[in-house]
Order: sequence, then structure tokens, then C-alpha cells
Amino acid sequence: MNAQRKIIETVDITKVYGMGDISVAALSGVSITIAAGEFVAIMGQSGSGKSTLMHILGCLSRPTSGQYFLDGEDVSQLNKVQLAGVRNHKIGFIFQSYNLLARTSALRNVTLPLLYDHSNPRKQEEADAKAEKLLEMVGLSGRIHHQPHELSGGQQQRVAIARSLINDPVLVIGDEPTGNLDSHSGEEIMNLLHTLHAQGTTIVMVTHDPKIAAHTQRTISLLDGKVDFITHNGHNNTQQKQVKHETV
Amino acid sequence: MKLSEAASIAWEAILKNKVRSFLTMLGIIIGVAAVIIMVAISAGTEATIQEQITSLGSNLVFIQGSMKRGGPGQAPSGGLVFDDAAAIEEGVSGVTSVVVEQNSSSNIKYSDLTLADISILGTTSGFPSVRDMEIADGRYFTDKEIDRKQKMVVLGAALATELFGEEDPINQIITVGTTKMTVIGVMAEKGLVGTTNYDSYIFMPITVVFQKFTPSQFARFLGDSIRMIYVEVDPDENIEDIITQTRLLLVKRHDLTLDTADFTVTTQQDIISTQESTTSAFRSLLAWVAGVSLIVGGIGIMNIMLVSVTERTREIGIRQSVGATPDDIRLQFLTEALMLSVVGGLIGIGVGIGGAYIFGSLSDMRTVVQLGSVALAFGSAAIVGAFFGYYPANQAAKLDPIEALRYE
Ligand SMILES: Nc1ncnc2c1ncn2[C@@H]1O[C@H](COP(=O)(O)OP(=O)(O)OP(=O)(O)O)[C@@H](O)[C@H]1O
Ligand SMILES: [Mg+2]
Repeated sequence: MNAQRKIIETVDITKVYGMGDISVAALSGVSITIAAGEFVAIMGQSGSGKSTLMHILGCLSRPTSGQYFLDGEDVSQLNKVQLAGVRNHKIGFIFQSYNLLARTSALRNVTLPLLYDHSNPRKQEEADAKAEKLLEMVGLSGRIHHQPHELSGGQQQRVAIARSLINDPVLVIGDEPTGNLDSHSGEEIMNLLHTLHAQGTTIVMVTHDPKIAAHTQRTISLLDGKVDFITHNGHNNTQQKQVKHETV
Repeated sequence: MKLSEAASIAWEAILKNKVRSFLTMLGIIIGVAAVIIMVAISAGTEATIQEQITSLGSNLVFIQGSMKRGGPGQAPSGGLVFDDAAAIEEGVSGVTSVVVEQNSSSNIKYSDLTLADISILGTTSGFPSVRDMEIADGRYFTDKEIDRKQKMVVLGAALATELFGEEDPINQIITVGTTKMTVIGVMAEKGLVGTTNYDSYIFMPITVVFQKFTPSQFARFLGDSIRMIYVEVDPDENIEDIITQTRLLLVKRHDLTLDTADFTVTTQQDIISTQESTTSAFRSLLAWVAGVSLIVGGIGIMNIMLVSVTERTREIGIRQSVGATPDDIRLQFLTEALMLSVVGGLIGIGVGIGGAYIFGSLSDMRTVVQLGSVALAFGSAAIVGAFFGYYPANQAAKLDPIEALRYE
């Protein structure tokens, strides 16, 4: 992959919740750039706007102002239907609470995104074969027909990871993917994400755990809806404190 | 998402909640079954009426007296009298037979048994023939016996059983009021004719009824009053002509004009028409009831679908997060509503046809399942499903992905 290719570029993104008197500014001017193949952690106190940012990066919501270029395309002004298409084709989202369909097999959960791929309808066998391969990769080849309630939390999260990869996304986003797991299962999930990263997948994930963040290349810390500082992990341990963004 | 995929998702959702799905469909099932059964009943009734027309023919004219009270101290004037019948038979051409009827009631005694208030029908000899009634046992009285005011009676089937049980009623003597009379015959069972149950009547020569049960101080001047004259006409003659002749003859005899006539003339055809208009009113009432129950069924579907959308908010959020568009979500829930009503409709068809059959064999009402009603009911069920499924489906489609995912 081309390291120069920008997968994410946000320009002064803001997000204001609520209208009128009681509006909350969850993000107030976030400009970040993430290159193809990067593995980035997002940290920050509770309420600092991490999830809000992830939702925007994951095209689940639109910024109130500012621009967001995903893989070179400005997606900040797209309508609901177009955003759904972008989610379907370009993004894999991993949630803290797995968000698998209940009473639905691991296999069907993994193939779910393909159901909504209108531009490229696949045969069931083709979809199943791909999903089986991904389930095998996440170490669940023996659990293909199990339903979520028959799986452990770590296993469910691995099904969710397989699902996030079925559409060959340009970007995988995790909002505290290890947040509901014990440290051992969390470690397994991180190893899996490492493998994906090694294969060239661009990953952005939120975490509260500095040990988990240390797995990644870069940590972006948010404070009160702004980028506080960015840390490069592994290369050197000196924290490069970024110039704080001016208030918008 | 293809329709087949939407259908299989919908089908799975229905199966995951069998009991609730069934309860949701219940309204549609009842509605569809009600339409089919009700149409089957009215079609059956109509078929029965049609058969009556064919069996009775349209060559019977009924003349009914309508009594006009005179002023104070005056005798009640008008109405039909016995001699009118003979006059019609002689004076109107194309008449094949004239039968007269007068009603009364009295107690009947046989050995220890007394039956109170039994309906008496005084008639002339042609009565069984014009009313299409059979004699099961013995015979009816003759004109000669009527002239001689013979004290003889014929019993309705039910009345005969009540009075005599297993015993043979023929030639037994019973007491009607205070008069001893001989039983000479028993009518075959007839069932209801309109609202009249002839099976519990006692039949006797009309002359005996005049003498013993409806004596009148005016009879000497005005003639014996009668309730009804049946005129049977030659089917080849023009019935309207005969009716006109009869009316003219009667008003002349009664010293009246056509406008002040003290009788009404109806034909078998008129009676059938009234009956038909009654059934068609009945039928449209049933159609309304059935239609309303279909709508109630549709509201039931809407209700459950709204609950279902709320309950499955998270599922909707998950589907949206992996790329489902509002149209995909709408299609999914619309398909589910449509499938609920179509499956409900199919079950309703089964229940309706089965119900119509069972109803027809358990009651005396006849039922004829109409293919059109099956199609109509099923079609309406599908339309109702689509109509009432649209709102919940639209609510689902409008959900915001993040709100939906956050829903607990
Ligand atoms: N739907 C909403 N309506 C109103 N305010 C919201 C909404 N969602 C988030 N907020 C507010 O925006 C701010 C940022 O929330 P966000 O969920 O992004 O924080 P976070 O960094 O993910 O926190 P945590 O670590 O607890 O998950 C918070 O003050 C929150 O109350
Ligand atoms: Mg959060």
C-alpha cells in the first residue's frame, strides 16, 4: 500500500448535539490525517468526543461543520442513502458491545453487509465461502453455525471483526473493541488487529487502556472535543505535544 | 436487497415469534373467514329463494283484506268476504282455482291433554295444492264436506305428534273449543313458510270456522269475512290483466274505487322480491361487518409492527451500520407486514371455507362458498397488510443509525 495515500483527512470537524439553548459541542474543530495502512489509537477522557468522532469517521453521522475526506472523497455532505453506501463499501465498524444480530448464526452475521451491497450482488455460495474464510482467520472455523448467545464475548467480537472485513473495507474502525472483554480476550483481539494491520488494513480504534494503545503506531488524544496531543508509539517514547487547536 | 432476501428475512422474523405472529394474524384470519362465510350464507339463502321461485311458480296471486273501520256506531266495512272468492272464480277469465283462508285460534282437547291457543286455519279444498303442501296420512276435506259444514279437521305434523304421539290420529275425535270434531288427515311436515309454521296448525273447513270460531252479527248482511284469497292463474295468461280484472271486480263488489280499495293484491313474484331485497340488505350489512373486521385486523398488524419496530430498534441500527439504506429497512418491514397478512389471509381462507361447510351442515341455512368472495377477501387482506404495514415500516426506515444502535 502507498503510505502517502490519505485514508482519513478531516478539516476542522465540529459536532453540536441538540438545538437552541441546550446544545452540546461534542467536537469543536478536529483536524486529523491518517494514512493508508496506519494503526491509530484514539484516547481521551470520558465525554471527550471519541465516540462522536468515530461515528463521523465511520459515516454513521455527519459533522455539523468541517470536511471529512474518506479515501479522497468528501463524504461530509452525503445524504443518508449515500452514507449507507459508503459504510457498506468502505468501512468496517467494530463496536464495544459487538452488535451482532441475535438468533442469527455467525456465518449470517458475517455475510450481513453483503446483503446490502446493491452494486455488487453476490451469490449466496460466494458470500458464504468468503465469510467462512474470514471466520477461519479469526479462529472460529468450528463456530460457524453458532448463534451469538452460544459464543463468549471474545468470540462474538471476533465474529464482529470478521463481519467488518467482509466488504474489504479501506478503513476499520473500533470504538473500544476490547472494552467489554477481560484482559486475556482483549489481548487476543489486539493480536488479531495486529495481524490485520500487518496485512495492510488501516485501523482506527478508541481505547481507554494505555497498554492497548501501546500496540498501535500512533495515539491521538482528545480533550473536550479537540485534539489534545498526538503520541508516536514504538519509535520513541517522547510525547510530542501538539499545538492545541484554536477554538472555533 | 432483493425481494427474495427480504422475504426470507421476514419469514424468519415471523417464525422467531410464532405466537405473536399468530395473534397478529388473528384479525386478518377472522376478517377473511368472516367475508367468506357471510357471502356463502347469503349466496346459500339466495339459492334457496331461487329454488322457491322455480318450485312455486309465479302464477299465484294473493289478495289480502285490509279492514276499514266505520265511524262510531257503524259496522266495520269492507275487507274480503267469502262470496268474493266465488265471484272471482266466475267473473275473471284465466283463473284456474281460487282458495280461501280464514284464521282463528282455540284450545284443543284430546283425552286428558289440552293444548291452549292453537292456530286454526279455515280453508277451502284447494289449499294444499296452492300452498304446495302434502297430506302425509288420511286426506283433506272436499268441497262437499265444506258445504255441509262437516266437523272434521286435518292436523299439522307437529300438532299431530303433540296430541297423539305414537297413536294413529285418523278417525279420533278431538274437542276444538267446545265442538267435537273428527281427525281425517295429517299434513306432511312443511317447515317455516315465511314466518308461518303450518306444522302446528289445525286445518278445518272454512264454513265450520265461520260458524264456530268467527261468528259475526254482520255476516248476514256483509257475508263472512275472510283473511286471504289465493288465486291461481293459468300460466299462459297475462297475470297483470288478471290482477286488474280482479281488482276492478272487487272494488265494484265493495262499492269502492281503486284508490280506496280495502284489499291488497300481491303476487308470488312480489313476495320473492321483498325477500330478496331483505337478503341483499342483510348481505351488505354482513359485508360491512366483514370489511370492518378486516380493517381492525389491519390495525392489529400495524400495532404489532410498531411494537416490533421498537423492539428491534437495535437490529435496525446494526443493519444500518453495515450499509442498509432506508429503503432496505422499509422493504424489510413492509414485506413482513405483507407476509403476515398474506399468511393470515391463507389461513383465513381455510377457516372460512371450512367454517362455511360446517355452518351449512350444522344449521338449516345453506352455504355456498363463492370463489369471488375468496379472491376479494384475500386481496383485501393483502391490501390492508400493505396499507397498515407502511407506517411502521416507514418509522423503521427513518431511524437514525446511532440512536438505533444506542437503544437498549
Ligand atoms: N446524542 C447525543 N445528544 C446529546 N449529546 C450527546 C449525544 N451523544 C454524545 N453527546 C455528548 O457529546 C459528548 C461526547 O460524547 P462521546 O460519546 O463522543 O464521548 P466519549 O469520548 O466516547 O466518552 P466515553 O469514553 O464515555 O465513551 C458528551 O458530552 C456527550 O454527553
Ligand atoms: Mg464512547
